[in-house]
Amino acid sequence: MALENTLIQEKLTQKFGNSVTNFATMRDIFTLEVNKDKVHEVIQFLKDDEELNFHFLTDLAGIHYPDNNVDEQFAVTYQLHNWIENTRIRIKTFLNGENPEVQTITDLFLCSNWMEREAWDFYGIKFTGHPQLKRILNMDEMVSHPMRKEFPMEDGGRTDKDDRFFGRTPVNC
Amino acid sequence: MSETKTNMVAPPEGVSGEGFFATKLSDVVGLARANSLWPLPFATSCCGIEFMATMASHYDLARFGSERVSFSPRQADMLMVMGTISKKMAPILRQVYEQMSEPRWVISVGACACSGGVFDTYSVLQGIDKVIPVDVYVPGCPPRPEQIVQGVMQLQELVKNESVRRRNSPEYKELLASYNL
Repeated sequence: MALENTLIQEKLTQKFGNSVTNFATMRDIFTLEVNKDKVHEVIQFLKDDEELNFHFLTDLAGIHYPDNNVDEQFAVTYQLHNWIENTRIRIKTFLNGENPEVQTITDLFLCSNWMEREAWDFYGIKFTGHPQLKRILNMDEMVSHPMRKEFPMEDGGRTDKDDRFFGRTPVNC
Repeated sequence: MSETKTNMVAPPEGVSGEGFFATKLSDVVGLARANSLWPLPFATSCCGIEFMATMASHYDLARFGSERVSFSPRQADMLMVMGTISKKMAPILRQVYEQMSEPRWVISVGACACSGGVFDTYSVLQGIDKVIPVDVYVPGCPPRPEQIVQGVMQLQELVKNESVRRRNSPEYKELLASYNL
């Protein structure tokens, strides 16, 4: 008997009350939003509860929503997987745009170490309690967090490209 | 066994007589250097695959005296940079260049190494000439082995005609200084 979404929702609401909201099935995965202060507790509960048993962290990623209000400009999504029931769950938490900060889950899932470093590298999301929060893919000297929408994707030092030949000026044809 | 024709490199200009041949030292040094360029392949992506074809029997870069691929910068003359160089890779490329002993030459193979190619993005170095001086650029995405061979032949021409004093000249020192090398 597969793990029912209603059961997951019931258990979480019973334990965390108003901290867990917006339950929905998005793109075939059961999704919920969690208050950022409760993320660690919720994930720990999902992992340790014998019935839920979400013991595998598939993915952890940052998202930037520059158009949201300031308290919801960043998001971190966690995707957990229960291999025994083959059930997945997606947890989303919104963070402040000026100071995105959330508690690390490296103590629960060791694999989150590099994923959190990647989210820090590209979005500047701070994971408090992370053992080694430094850049992982980009060079150490970089000052920007390049996946944030305010940073340009293209390199400013490019000298051989004339915008007219690449259709980037309004009056080129 | 049938007679095989051996191609020899032509001697430089000079005066020959019975039992002697007189020419300029720089010509002889240039000839020797040009026909024994040991390549150091710095292959990071698809252009490296083309280089493998260039080294293999069909295109056979060994015909040009580049038989011995050196995987140590200390014994290499010709640094061949093939592929996208990310900004994180740039200091390593520089270090490899610094470890090579003089005289040293650099061939930049492919659009990415020459200019960043299609990767006009925050993480990619926009041409290796931003960090090290380059002698020959081979365009293409990726270039055919023939083009790489052509690049090596162009470099051979440069090497043949290079003055033996060039590496001590103030111009050369200025060039290196402009790269902080």
